[in-house]
Amino acid sequence: MKSAGFTTRWLPILLLVPQLSIIAIFFYWPALYAMQSSFYLQDPFGFGSTFVGLENYSSLLSSSEYMKVTRFTVVFTALVTFFSLALALLLAVKADNVLRGAKTYRTLLMWVYAVAPPVAGFIGVMMFNQSWGPLTELARSIGWDFKLGVNFNDTASAMILVSVWKQVPVNFIFFLSGLQSIPKSVREAALIDNRSSFGRFWDVTFPLLAPTGFFLLIINITYSLFDTFGVIDTMVKGEPGNNPMTLVYKVYVDGFRGNDLGGSSAQSVILMVLVLALTIFQFRLVERRIHYT
Amino acid sequence: MKNFKLGVSVAALVMAANAAFAETEITWWHAMGGALGETVNEIAEKFNASQDDYTITPVFKGTYEETLTAGIAAFRAGEQPNVMQVFDAGAATVIGAKGATVPVQDLLSDNGIDFNIEDYIAGVRYFYADSDGKMIGMPFNSSTPIMYYNMDALAAAGVEPPKTWEEFQSTTAPALKEAGYIPLSQSHLPWIFTENFHSRHNLPFATNNNGYDGTDTQILVNNDAIKAHFTAVSEWKENGMFEWYGTGWGDNQTPFEEGKVAIWLGSSGSFGGLSKKDLPFEFSATLLPYWESVTTEPTQTFIGGASLFAMAGKSAEENKATAEFFRFLTSPEIQYFWHAETGYVPITNAAYDLAKSDGHYDRAPAAEVGIQQLSLPGGDNTKGYRMGFYVQIRDVMNREYGRILTGETSVEDAFATIEKEANELLARFAKTQG
Repeated sequence: MKSAGFTTRWLPILLLVPQLSIIAIFFYWPALYAMQSSFYLQDPFGFGSTFVGLENYSSLLSSSEYMKVTRFTVVFTALVTFFSLALALLLAVKADNVLRGAKTYRTLLMWVYAVAPPVAGFIGVMMFNQSWGPLTELARSIGWDFKLGVNFNDTASAMILVSVWKQVPVNFIFFLSGLQSIPKSVREAALIDNRSSFGRFWDVTFPLLAPTGFFLLIINITYSLFDTFGVIDTMVKGEPGNNPMTLVYKVYVDGFRGNDLGGSSAQSVILMVLVLALTIFQFRLVERRIHYT
Repeated sequence: MKNFKLGVSVAALVMAANAAFAETEITWWHAMGGALGETVNEIAEKFNASQDDYTITPVFKGTYEETLTAGIAAFRAGEQPNVMQVFDAGAATVIGAKGATVPVQDLLSDNGIDFNIEDYIAGVRYFYADSDGKMIGMPFNSSTPIMYYNMDALAAAGVEPPKTWEEFQSTTAPALKEAGYIPLSQSHLPWIFTENFHSRHNLPFATNNNGYDGTDTQILVNNDAIKAHFTAVSEWKENGMFEWYGTGWGDNQTPFEEGKVAIWLGSSGSFGGLSKKDLPFEFSATLLPYWESVTTEPTQTFIGGASLFAMAGKSAEENKATAEFFRFLTSPEIQYFWHAETGYVPITNAAYDLAKSDGHYDRAPAAEVGIQQLSLPGGDNTKGYRMGFYVQIRDVMNREYGRILTGETSVEDAFATIEKEANELLARFAKTQG
């Protein structure tokens, strides 16, 4: 077999340079800079600074507040990811069965995809407005005195609801195309073996959807950890107070609002390590159990 | 095509005009949105129209925090504006960074403009000054927390605005509650119920002369007087005599505007906005109440709001323009204009006199409350406070106060946490200055 290749050595390098330089400038350089500043406490204007070694890290790890934010982030990520995937899968399976008016349903279900996170957050703030929000009224009608921005759990619920609402359409699109790529012959064969549609789903459809599901799992965890920033920022109205926040939002609060560059750099390095560990875990452990066709 | 030609000729004209006058252009980054931003733009236009040598361009940069962060980032990139507005909680950051700004007192005297700190009203003189009393930032939108009240509500309940918290607790609040109102709300717990709680009662807020004399400062917030205050506040909330609508400013102001809340503690700078709104009731304002059990001689409060800093690293020509702008800004006419439009206090005695002689306070007595409160007798602890990482310290206070008011923590634990975390932040800030 003839191997295809480049005749000159510099051409492939040249072709890679734009991509590599973008990664270097926008990822490696800031990441290294963050690591460096995490060992210092520095005046925001850049006049004074003191090398403090690992103090920024140790004060974070010994802070009960930081641990609270970490715990909330884990719960928030788990719930947002689970509900976004589960609801999207349910909707996709149902939409897949619809024949008449299928396009209209699908368009309506995908619509929310176009809403930017801060806009979604703003819609949430209006829906949960303390005096006239329709969802606040709904909660009151079932005896739940819902108070956005006052009660920690209420605010957390609203954040999760809005984040899920915002993410379901993306997952829906992927699940639907995943379902539609399952060969008809396989489904028909399954129909003969098992009459229960529920059983068929778990035995045949779900495993065949696993590659899509795994991909979406990673995308959704990343979304919950990072992209919900806009939702959180608008829902707490820029004033964290006693409201819940995620680790990423805390980096912003301490670094960009509070001008503590060293402390927030240390937080972002911790986040970087967490994401790295999560990615390795996902690819090593989860992906082994998934069979791509 | 016609339009294009017209555009070119207009552009050429503008360029010719600029070349002819060779105006010095300076920029002003501020955090005044909405109606306040329009007034800022008007001041800039007035300055530009008043002379031909300088042009100032105001740029709205978002919230106070966002403006400060944008200014810091710009300074590090060498792209700082000439004038930057920095709020009270950011003062330690910007004043601590010696070399980031030109002290306003030096800027004015270097450019041949008379400066006498006695020309400024007592309450604003030293908040943005260094420990020697040299003014570093020019007080701009100076406000102080005052008590607004719904006159119809108080009349319906048959009570007068309370002078002390004891009176509020025993007389005013029960009557207002009886009349169907939520008696009290407030918009900023760290500012109104903490910082100004200390100045109103002349209590020390931090060691080192409230932080002015050094960076090895410890906060003194964990004291019995303020703990008693917050214990009372959470009891009022339990009894329906106080309501808290979250950390956001507007969420607590709206119920007052809707006529549900009878008394609202807000900024003297809110006066302009409230007067322009068509509220369904008559309102007025008076001094912030105090606890008679803590002091019988209540003192003045701190100024809040923000001041203008002249950023370093600019040419002498541009600094001259900045100095001329400050001269213009502090002139009695402009101060009176700003005061009347917004409700922020006039910062000079001359401007205050002008407002009085013009009959401004006969027309709107409530507009004078802020300046009256700032002109009350002072004490050792009423000059101001200077603490680094104060934005984060306020975040800690807001968090713990929210937890007190939602029953997640006790007053005792909350103040212990605030003291511990604030002192850690202060120690960390001290290291950034090394």
